[in-house]
Amino acid sequence: MLIFIARRLLFALALLFAVSAFTYVIFAALPSDPAALTCGKNCRPEVIALNRERLGYDKPIVVQYGQYLKGIVQGRTYGASEGVHCPAPSLGYSFRKHQCVTDLITRSLPVTTSVALGAFVLWMLIGVGLGTMAALKRGRWPDRLATVFSVVGISLPTFFVGLLAIMIFVIWTGFLPFPRYEGITSNPAKWFMSLILPWFTLAVVSASSYVRLTRNGILEVMNEEFVRLGLAKGLRRKTLIVKYVMRAALLPIVTIAGLDFAALLGGAVITESVFNLPGMGKLSIMAVNDSDLPILVATTLVAAVFIVIANAFVDILYGFLDPRVRSY
Amino acid sequence: MTNTTPLLSVRDLHVSFNTADGVVKAVDGVSFDVVNGQTMGIVGESGSGKSVMVSAIMRLNFGTDVIVSGQILLNGIDLLALPESEMRQVRGSEIAMIFQDPLSALNPFYTVGYQIAEAYLVHHPKTPKAQVEAIVLNALDKVGIPDARKRMKSYPHEFSGGMRQRIVIAMALINKPKLLIADEPTTALDVTVQAQILELIDALREENNSAVMLITHDLGVVAETIQQVMVMYAGRTAEYATVQDLFDTPSHPYTQGLLRAVRSFDQSTRGSLVSISGTPPSLINLPEGCAFRPRCSQEMGPQSACATQRPNLRTIGANQSACHLSADEVSRVQREAFSK
Repeated sequence: MLIFIARRLLFALALLFAVSAFTYVIFAALPSDPAALTCGKNCRPEVIALNRERLGYDKPIVVQYGQYLKGIVQGRTYGASEGVHCPAPSLGYSFRKHQCVTDLITRSLPVTTSVALGAFVLWMLIGVGLGTMAALKRGRWPDRLATVFSVVGISLPTFFVGLLAIMIFVIWTGFLPFPRYEGITSNPAKWFMSLILPWFTLAVVSASSYVRLTRNGILEVMNEEFVRLGLAKGLRRKTLIVKYVMRAALLPIVTIAGLDFAALLGGAVITESVFNLPGMGKLSIMAVNDSDLPILVATTLVAAVFIVIANAFVDILYGFLDPRVRSY
Repeated sequence: MTNTTPLLSVRDLHVSFNTADGVVKAVDGVSFDVVNGQTMGIVGESGSGKSVMVSAIMRLNFGTDVIVSGQILLNGIDLLALPESEMRQVRGSEIAMIFQDPLSALNPFYTVGYQIAEAYLVHHPKTPKAQVEAIVLNALDKVGIPDARKRMKSYPHEFSGGMRQRIVIAMALINKPKLLIADEPTTALDVTVQAQILELIDALREENNSAVMLITHDLGVVAETIQQVMVMYAGRTAEYATVQDLFDTPSHPYTQGLLRAVRSFDQSTRGSLVSISGTPPSLINLPEGCAFRPRCSQEMGPQSACATQRPNLRTIGANQSACHLSADEVSRVQREAFSK
């Protein structure tokens, strides 16, 4: 088992390295001049030339990438004289915002994490709960209700659900104030209030597919021979469902949930925009609008890192949950 | 057969499913007895209703839409009339079951030791841990798992097919059930292992003085250990006899076909394999009359009783056979089929 974990982690590390190189190269390969993008339309050529030198865009791509990696490990000073220093881990410097990219990300990440965590818990509860109910009452009204819920949830776009939620809960009924993000440390109650609607929106949209997955998984496992043998042993139906059926049926859901959660950490672009949350998604959108290359490289990289880590985590978790995987 | 009080007595059992295509009559009026200390065989092709029938006996119709009627008497108690809580006490304790494919029958997420202990603990709750472990070890020893103390901590996928089936047997017998139902216990196993498993089941039956119901599609398996045989076709009983009478004087054309197929295989140097042409009928909307008529070696016309009346079990010689042929016709057919 330890060898399995060690091997999986090494693989993840190699993958991270490859992902960072790939991300860097993609953005370097863009047809536009990255130095020209560092300031607005009426930029003087001297400034462009200066920024080119500061960000190292005058050097070959391999050297640039090397500097970038070095910056992550050691921190980096952009520009020789009167340069700006960003401490490690430095993911670049935005001349548009005149800030270190790492600072921007450390400010956005808690917001996105707050959104993702709450939404994840909520959608797993709704998805797995409703799916289980549907499977156990197959063909009866709870099953139909779950089907309606998942079809509606899958069909509705996120922004529509989000706007609808604002309309109903904020504008019409006034149950909730208009969401304005507040850090959990500064005001937990406000933090919670501001996140209820985003959580709910994401949960409704994402839970739909989990309802189907759970329902079908449980129904499939119920037909397995080992469940019949469990019944033939004299086990109670309840024991059988929890210990035999759920255990097997929820395994594939662990994989998908892990990856979905990681993807969400990279930024819930639409939800964050609808609810005006200053998270990773919002940061990416702003960077795209401003053609702010250093930020884009960094947000892409961070999102990719989450996916790689989640993949490794899910694989290792699987080793604990499924003895058949362990023997590799 | 000195002691012939039936342990299990099935009377006019019907099992049907509601499906989108119609009602499937998987078991259609079957009656038989299993006598204590004996092995009863049930033979038939895939889809003849054997497995559905044993599921109905243990009421394993978990989450499916099944209609069961008739009587299943275990020591005089009708299992179909029992409430679920009492039926649960019967399962695994008085009747236990062995499945066809031991890999899919064992839960992949728990060690075999745990699963066997679980089977014991369901019916003996609050047994001290050390005692349960001793019982599990003893059970594994009995079915011939070497190094049982170490192997009980292994998972099902870490065993070979034959070993897995031994584990399933150990689990089934842990509560010393009066009746063991073995649903094609050797079908998924290597030929070399099949005989060992059958011998093991028979030895344990003798040791526990219990009864075995052996479901199979292999008449060769039947010959070894069985006293009474029921041949099933399309959810009905085709023939019911002692194994001796079935092999010596098979009365139903279907049984004759099965036996000829086996014998032609045993003596394959003499020529080509013999088979029964055609396939078993769909169990939805079975035709009037005899379900076997389309495949019968005796070509019975559309005006004959075979086409219009469902044959009931009749005594022909020493056997019970569901066939419209008269005793004379049967012995003529027997001579024709086996004189060559």
